[in-house]
Amino acid sequence: MKLAKRDTMLLETPFHSRVAELCEINDWGNWMGYTTPNAFFDVELEYFAIRSTTGVFDLSPMNKYRIQGPDAEAYLNRLATRDVSKIGINRVGYTVWCNDAGKVMDDGTIFRLGASDFRLCSYQRAIDWLLWCALGFDVSITDETDTIAALAVQGPTSCTCLTGIGLTDLNTLKPFGMRNYEFDGAPLMVSRTGFTGDLGYEVWVPPEKAELLWDRLFEAGKDYLIKPFGSYALDIARIETGFIQAGVDFVPAEEMVRPGRSRSPFELGLSWLVDLKKPLFNGRAALLKEQQEGSKFRFVMLNVDGNKPAEHSFILKDEQQIGTVTSAAWCPTAKSNIAFAQLEMPEGNVGQEYVAEIYYQRELHWTRVLAPCTVMDGPIFNPKRRRQTPAIPH
Amino acid sequence: MTDFDAIIIGGGHNGLICASYLAKSGKRVAVVEAKTQVGGAAATEAFAEGFQVSRCAQWVHQLSPTIQQDLRLAQHGLSYAAENLGTISLRQEGEHLRLRGDQVSGADVGAKDQEAYRLFRRKMLKYAKLMHKLYSTRPPKLVEHDLQDKILLAKLGLGMKMLGRDDMSDLMRLILINIFDVMNETFASPALQAAIALDAVQGTPMGPRSPNTVFTYLHRFLGNAMGFEGVSQVKGGLGGLGNALASTAKSLGVEIKVGAAVARIDKTHDVVTGVTLASGESLSAKAVVSSADPKTTFKSLLGYPQMEAGMVRRVEHIRFKSGTAKVHLALRGLPEFRGLNEKDLGQRLIIAPSMQAIENAFNPLKYDECSEHPVMDISLASVNDPSLVAGSGHVLSAIVQYAPFSPKGGWNAMRDSFIKRVINEISIYAPGIEDLITASELLTPADLEQQFGMTGGNWHHGELTMDQVLMTRPATGISQYATNIDGLFLCGAGAHPGGNIMGLAGKNAAEEIIRQGVLA
Repeated sequence: MKLAKRDTMLLETPFHSRVAELCEINDWGNWMGYTTPNAFFDVELEYFAIRSTTGVFDLSPMNKYRIQGPDAEAYLNRLATRDVSKIGINRVGYTVWCNDAGKVMDDGTIFRLGASDFRLCSYQRAIDWLLWCALGFDVSITDETDTIAALAVQGPTSCTCLTGIGLTDLNTLKPFGMRNYEFDGAPLMVSRTGFTGDLGYEVWVPPEKAELLWDRLFEAGKDYLIKPFGSYALDIARIETGFIQAGVDFVPAEEMVRPGRSRSPFELGLSWLVDLKKPLFNGRAALLKEQQEGSKFRFVMLNVDGNKPAEHSFILKDEQQIGTVTSAAWCPTAKSNIAFAQLEMPEGNVGQEYVAEIYYQRELHWTRVLAPCTVMDGPIFNPKRRRQTPAIPH
Repeated sequence: MTDFDAIIIGGGHNGLICASYLAKSGKRVAVVEAKTQVGGAAATEAFAEGFQVSRCAQWVHQLSPTIQQDLRLAQHGLSYAAENLGTISLRQEGEHLRLRGDQVSGADVGAKDQEAYRLFRRKMLKYAKLMHKLYSTRPPKLVEHDLQDKILLAKLGLGMKMLGRDDMSDLMRLILINIFDVMNETFASPALQAAIALDAVQGTPMGPRSPNTVFTYLHRFLGNAMGFEGVSQVKGGLGGLGNALASTAKSLGVEIKVGAAVARIDKTHDVVTGVTLASGESLSAKAVVSSADPKTTFKSLLGYPQMEAGMVRRVEHIRFKSGTAKVHLALRGLPEFRGLNEKDLGQRLIIAPSMQAIENAFNPLKYDECSEHPVMDISLASVNDPSLVAGSGHVLSAIVQYAPFSPKGGWNAMRDSFIKRVINEISIYAPGIEDLITASELLTPADLEQQFGMTGGNWHHGELTMDQVLMTRPATGISQYATNIDGLFLCGAGAHPGGNIMGLAGKNAAEEIIRQGVLA
């Protein structure tokens, strides 16, 4: 039986026909109003495609906002915590943005398409805040979420696969660089960015070219064992490489209900993104104050003993709770059990040892393990090829 | 060394009062005023050859006596052509309604209503006295746990207790409801109900049935807690007050620059440093204190790009709607109002036939239309003060409700017909007045915004609603006269305790700025 479409149903991305064909186990999730696969066939095999060959992820639901006009740079500089003027044309910058209280609303990437032409990609819907921020600036804000289809093509053979569809000399593209190509008579933009911490690219095309892009890419990647992957595999990869996620590792500040539950960039380990020398940006006054008075929390990555992911665990010191885990996974490539945690200051110095109180269930029987864990000094998965230019051929 | 300790933007009454208090404490103060005369809403201007009028505000009924004394306004030329005037509500059906002090007579008022009126005033006075305490200082914040705020809150709590159990619980009941219900439960006379209801809705975009109108009534009644028994008329029009305030300020060493529009408020990374005038001249100061309304201050003078976005959003959310217009008529001679003698014509005359009539007049405002039958508050100022008119004529000014900021079709298409509606209403009580009119002027809310710099034409510089008073006036996080931006303060009606010719915003702001030591 075929049901009539309803306004309230989840949307399909421009790649849906191809994604659905490959989604063998039919496990779908809701990503910002779009139906997207949690897994295609096997989470671990999908994960290993990212790490060993090439994994493809449909990125289309990512929110994309075009910011253009004479004040575009000034506008973004007031919005974001980092200095946007330092992002060159055809370069991409990772940033966070805060509310007035200096708490992180979301993280995302700024693509500089021209002197006064930017694209902001965000995990959360942001149009309301972006429009509020636009008052007093000569800028136009356009929501391009539906008008650009995007694929993340990640893994050691990704450059080779993409070169195979005609992206000539792609290996010379530097990390956080972007380049424009023509694809079947339409513009194609590729950026050396991603959420997996490896060599990888994101490819942006008009929606009407989406299916063709998918077909050509999978054709070109056939011999390189190209595979699609879903959000579960991505989650393992991003934890392994130390990427936080809005709504998981922090509560987007303007969605917070309970006082004190949002976090500043300092509290998320992102102080390198905060440029207090800028004259003004949202949250600056509060962040200056926090810098002087000290933060309440510290974000840490923990290496946890054993192989039980420390999901939702308490972190203990001398049997006292000093923090909680926000993300955790057994990371196959690193062969490590990694957890992201928020610890109360002044805890969390590198090398400090704590105990993760992990609860898990076997056949309705709950068990607790007290797993020793150590504060790491950085992400455990950080291969050289991630940064190497030209990208290594396969 | 800065040019001044403080620069006050705007030479309205609050700006001048703030400047004088700062100067009194030994500070070097400048006032920059865009117009060529000071006074702001306290202005006397000619609208027709030989006819002067209080062109914005027309009465004084709650100008703080403390300020009048502290600033020795009488010595500086403030005098009254008439004080504590009665109110006469014009009635079509027979005898007019007369209110003076706590006496009411005429119209359909019986002995029961007269007694009820006395009791009602007594109760309102108790509330107003409590409010006056709150109005005479910076508003308390609730979360900072500041000692001074805690003491004030404790005093208020005690004041509430001292009202007695019945009056206290009645205040809690009344403060959020509407004047329509309160009038119906208190009085039988529709004339009396309407006369009080008009006071409650003046200067607001609300009708008698709108929630919050008991609070606006109390705000107006505050004058009674200050010792006023009715409205007073400043000699020479309200410009007389502006001039007296300017004279005081000058005598205290304040430098007043007129015709000096501020192009922008200057700000470095973290702090406001002064202002740049439209002429290009820059003035530096330790503090810039704006008596312009909050939206003008932040949007037009500071500029939203100079602020963090959350604060922009809060400023944008401040409501500035008005439903009030001014009408001025130049009259060849004294009009005849049925049943009124010349002395009566010097009183405050109102047209508010019934609460339903006010509500009917209000309804079109919701749809950006003008009232068919406007209600109004009339001053025939030249009766008490012939100096306003060059010859033997008279001048009538009226605060008229309801007129939208931008009516459907635009004001150009509506202007003449709205003036006509106003004259028609007056001529019901003063037949033949239309033949005496030699010139007329309508100041719509849009005109009031443009000519007196009040966003939306709202004379309170932001609607006086429960969500926009005390610590949330003008907005959350912009409170106690500070603005979240170092060196920038507010001292106008947009700050606590709000508008009318009262002056407490200016005085409180000066005291708070001195207390904070930013000018030290």
